[in-house]
Amino acid sequence: MDIRQLTRVHEWKWIIPATGKMKVPAVFYANQALLEDMDQKVYEQIVNVTTLPGIVEAAFAMPDAHWGYGFPIGGVAAFDPEQGGVISAGGVGFDIACGVRTLLTGLTAQDINPLQERVADSLFRDIPAGLGSTGDIRLSSAEMDAMLAGGARWAVQQGYGEKEDLEHLEEKGCMAGARPDLVSAQAKKRQRDEMGTLGSGNHYLEVQQVADIYDPEVARVFQIQKGDILVSLHCGSRGLGHQIGSEYLKKMAQTASGYGIDLPDRELACSPIKSPLGQEYLGVMRAAINCAMANRQIITHLTRQTLGRLFPGIKLSLLYDVAHNTCKEEEHIIRGKPKNLFVHRKGATRAFGPGHPSLPPAFQQVGQPVIIGGTMGTSSYILVGTQENMELSLGSACHGAGRSMSRKQASRQWRGVDIIQSLREKGIIVRSVSKKGVAEEAPDAYKDVNQVVDAAEQAHLVRRVLRMKPLVCIKG
Amino acid sequence: MEKDYWEHFYHQADIGIRGISPNREDAFAQAALALIAVITPPEMVKPLLEVDIHCQEEDDDYLFYAWINAIIYEIATRKMLFTRFRVQISPAGELTARAWGEPIDPSRHQPTVEVKGATFTCLKVEQDPTGLWSAQCVVDV
Repeated sequence: MDIRQLTRVHEWKWIIPATGKMKVPAVFYANQALLEDMDQKVYEQIVNVTTLPGIVEAAFAMPDAHWGYGFPIGGVAAFDPEQGGVISAGGVGFDIACGVRTLLTGLTAQDINPLQERVADSLFRDIPAGLGSTGDIRLSSAEMDAMLAGGARWAVQQGYGEKEDLEHLEEKGCMAGARPDLVSAQAKKRQRDEMGTLGSGNHYLEVQQVADIYDPEVARVFQIQKGDILVSLHCGSRGLGHQIGSEYLKKMAQTASGYGIDLPDRELACSPIKSPLGQEYLGVMRAAINCAMANRQIITHLTRQTLGRLFPGIKLSLLYDVAHNTCKEEEHIIRGKPKNLFVHRKGATRAFGPGHPSLPPAFQQVGQPVIIGGTMGTSSYILVGTQENMELSLGSACHGAGRSMSRKQASRQWRGVDIIQSLREKGIIVRSVSKKGVAEEAPDAYKDVNQVVDAAEQAHLVRRVLRMKPLVCIKG
Repeated sequence: MEKDYWEHFYHQADIGIRGISPNREDAFAQAALALIAVITPPEMVKPLLEVDIHCQEEDDDYLFYAWINAIIYEIATRKMLFTRFRVQISPAGELTARAWGEPIDPSRHQPTVEVKGATFTCLKVEQDPTGLWSAQCVVDV
């Protein structure tokens, strides 16, 4: 990206002042090196977002921002329904509520090391992953609606997990306002046999070891010590979310002009929040959020079963679960006044600071755990939200490393078998149905997650708590 | 160069699919092969089963978007991959197609990735001055 078009506020904050059709400025939280590595499309896309009706304060680009659809991935924007604000299917994306959750295992490297291959084989056998994989759960029509209304709460009621899990989920595991009745038959059919499946691409399940602790006090609150073994999983609302995304992108694009919205890019398809279509999308998107939370809950249950067989008596407790592709109704203080806003986070995560009413009691004093997934060969991080960030970016942060190379380039440059072997030599066991899929997800096809996390911390969006290194990685 | 062909084009996070042909229908069919090639080489798929696909849009771009999403839906719900497509489009924008393929065999097909949906990014159906049609978009994986 050509940074001459940006105004530097300080080393970690750059802005594009509002000019022309821009209703608000665009704000980048990144340093010069990360900005220069960003595709020029990120600039175009974030500027386009600032032109949407009812946008409040600014459009924000996180340090991992890269070329997305309408919104850049790593884009955040809030809209005020009282000012004609919109909700955008493009701004939420296809994999609605795709997210990451992290489980504490109570194990240490000494427990895992002798069984590392068996752990990899067992998780790969028990967690359905990859195109065409199916779960064991088949939902009737009534069960599907109950799942879409209840989310992880439904899953726990069905025996997939424990009540305590729900305390450590956004929305306590159940997104209110879901409208399963409005979800299309096609979307439900795509989900029929995909409950409890990981998917493919950048989705994963990893067994990780805590390598560094940066903030011992917060780590203690998170009940994590150096050397602990954690399990993190990354997946979303599967076929149901993809279908809803496709359907409403088209509906909103075809009706935007009727609402007087001049879309700078069809991919920014949106409707006024208060319009019938806006309300309809809110209802189905919330159903997809519930689907994603239920899916991650079921995979959690499968992981507990698998590791329970290998380590009798083990108890896996949930640290937290964050969603990346959402639009959520939140109260924020804007110029001293509370405002009810619809905050889009596309490839970005919530990062609420201490004292936020939505946080579970355990995190009230320190802030929200923010889970940053790395690649199968690099680090992942757990960060914590800051009070300051509630003003900086509406309590948002980056979600991962972000791609720096296309899939095609990556598969030309590397062979999956070589990557698997090279990671094995570093003590990381990878299991995947697809060698080419592994090549496309090569660690070097992503930005340096350490730089991204450093930028997020330097910009005061989050604080680093700990770093994990992968030991086992299951890919679709 | 062959008159009918497909290719992929650059997108930083995902991948672009493009079909080229002297006629619009075959450009759509070639783009469908480009979609399959995101997942596995189309020649790895055996034409054992037939599936009929229908969609309708007045606008060519939206029709292409609907077509790619219809194939993604069939892949997802039938757990199938395809190797050949025959497409007909009426003047009213009604697309009728037949796809030949087989159930996904993970060990043989080694599916690289699951395609989530067609996008509007680089979505374009057009005929160049030489009469050649191209149909393209980026797909989200």
